[in-house]
Amino acid sequence: MKRLRGLWLVLAVLAIVLVAGVWLSQRHTHASTSPEDPAIAATLKDPLVIAQGRYLAAAGDCVSCHTARGGVPYAGGRMLPTPFGHIPAPNITPDGQTGIGAWTFNDFWRAMHEGVGRNGELLYPAFSYTSFTKVTRDDAIALFAYLRSLPAVRQPNAPLELRFPYNLRSTLAVWRAMYFKAGVYRADPSQSASWNRGAYLVQGLGHCNECHAARDAWGGLNGGATLSGGLIPEQDWYAPDLSPQANGGLQGWSRQDIIDVLQTGQAAKGAAIGPMADVVAHSTQHLHDDDLQAIADYLLSLPARTPAAMRASFDDKSLADRGHGIYEERCADCHGKDGAGVAGVYPPLDGNASVVEPTGVNATRIVLLGGFPPVTANHFRPYSMPPYAQQLSDADVAAVVTYIRQAWSNHAAAVQERDVAVYRHTPID
Amino acid sequence: MPQHNRRRRSWRVARAYTSGMGARGRTNMAMRFGWVFPVAGLLAGGIAHADPPSVPDTLQQRIAACTSCHGVHGEGSSGSGFFPRLAGKPAGYLVLQMQNFQRGLRKYAPMEYTVRPLTLNYMQEIAAYFSAQQVPYARKPLPALAPSALQRGEQLVTAGDPARKIPPCQACHGKQLTGAEPFVPGLVGLPYDYISSQLGSWRTGTRASAAPDCMDEIANRLAPADITAVSAWLASREVPADTHAQAAGSITPPLRCGVLLQVQGSGL
Repeated sequence: MKRLRGLWLVLAVLAIVLVAGVWLSQRHTHASTSPEDPAIAATLKDPLVIAQGRYLAAAGDCVSCHTARGGVPYAGGRMLPTPFGHIPAPNITPDGQTGIGAWTFNDFWRAMHEGVGRNGELLYPAFSYTSFTKVTRDDAIALFAYLRSLPAVRQPNAPLELRFPYNLRSTLAVWRAMYFKAGVYRADPSQSASWNRGAYLVQGLGHCNECHAARDAWGGLNGGATLSGGLIPEQDWYAPDLSPQANGGLQGWSRQDIIDVLQTGQAAKGAAIGPMADVVAHSTQHLHDDDLQAIADYLLSLPARTPAAMRASFDDKSLADRGHGIYEERCADCHGKDGAGVAGVYPPLDGNASVVEPTGVNATRIVLLGGFPPVTANHFRPYSMPPYAQQLSDADVAAVVTYIRQAWSNHAAAVQERDVAVYRHTPID
Repeated sequence: MPQHNRRRRSWRVARAYTSGMGARGRTNMAMRFGWVFPVAGLLAGGIAHADPPSVPDTLQQRIAACTSCHGVHGEGSSGSGFFPRLAGKPAGYLVLQMQNFQRGLRKYAPMEYTVRPLTLNYMQEIAAYFSAQQVPYARKPLPALAPSALQRGEQLVTAGDPARKIPPCQACHGKQLTGAEPFVPGLVGLPYDYISSQLGSWRTGTRASAAPDCMDEIANRLAPADITAVSAWLASREVPADTHAQAAGSITPPLRCGVLLQVQGSGL
């Protein structure tokens, strides 16, 4: 009986999708051909506006997705992995045929603000219009002006590699009804100008919540608290909770710690790793001091979290004990027996958000991969960590990671050998 | 996974390159197994760390991510030789290889991950460090080959095979096979495993260089048995007293090579 009800639900959803798809396909069928509004056309050529757009493009880290590895910046081609298949990031240089050379500002605005493409097609939310909708019209004009100022690159966009039924754009109508609401950021008058600026950057162009919150089975951000942390699908990195309050992922972080990690890639409390290292390198290190202050203002106001329930078992204890020995032998020279690290050189592990995040994936992969933190203007020759993938077995990695997750003031769940075996094989983008 | 299993499986992947059996379809598998490192457990310990609290302000200390596999002086891994020697290679070549890993032209997941955040300045400093290291060459294991195979290897290195349009290695890598500044690596003192797997990599598309990629053409003109022969002969050679790369501009490549065109373009 229950299964039958499930079937009805699926049929109902399919019917809605089909009807919505037909309706949408009638709605916008061809590209806008109207010329650019003369006032906007003049603004787009203003060097100051273009410079502002360049800054905003950095704040939005547009280049990271819209550039293939080894490719020309903004010419697209990077395949974004999702649980539903791969989505190619398009060419956004001003080439007339393969880029956005034929677009008017209104086309661009509709994409950013409504998540609708130039031909009226619904865009996949791998393009984070769920966040970009908060960007103001003036900022969108500046961004568009900057993109239009780039050298045009002729590079056709790769086809979508999504599985059925996700390859039917009409399914997005349902997704949008569930997860998307268009609307520019509205300032909270009870907060300072700096706080509002920070909230605008974090929630809008910065699209921080797209990674730093848990997604449900349909890839939507529903239910979970804003910036409360989440596993990044397909990439096997955990974007930690960003609350600096009690039980938050950044518990104990000061304003300066937040600014430091965004500006330099390292802070007294930890370093940027995984995808965040790219974000620091391409985006946040270029932000002005007042914008970094603003972001810190906003993040400092995130609420305290409820403590996560942790189950510990006797097995964990013996695993951690074994890890302790490995730690003393391999890790303590740099990170210290007390897990305090060396300021500005080796990050602390005690209280480190990436060590104690719920899944253990971050610490596991860092032990396997080692590597460098972001190379920034402040840390242009950073110290690095050896990869231990060749030296430690899955069981050893599980033991040492369990140890650092439970030593000192840390109280996170154990990591299992089978998890390490999985993360050892996560492909590199 | 038990250690011995890991080693055996990854070794098989390395063999897929060397035997030239790895068709393009094999690449994905090899990349996936990139995580199962080709030589497991050979590097126990041996990483120089400072005693806390003072950390030496040296490049050597900073690049533990590199030296844990390539050796503190870039001498390469001991035992078998999958991790190549970096010591004494032209700095320009080393920078270019790091850039090729960044660009995805060379594929080996741990290297791609490690060099990903590095800036050109930092890569140049790291390359200059390894390039300036002078450490003895270590003998690496060789396969047992028939004398005729070694003769074939010598012929390919010194005379090439005009019938198959294969130029001699010496034409680009130097009379003494010590390379040429700034971008051509030496072939002396390299382990058999490394040379054969690199030639295999060109055939399977996991190593490439700037177009036109002359090494891609050459690797694809070599028969699988030629790869074994040439790798074994090169690895069996005594290392000359002077291992410095030849001066820039001292070679005239017989094929059009993107890397060497860059040299002309950059005015080096």
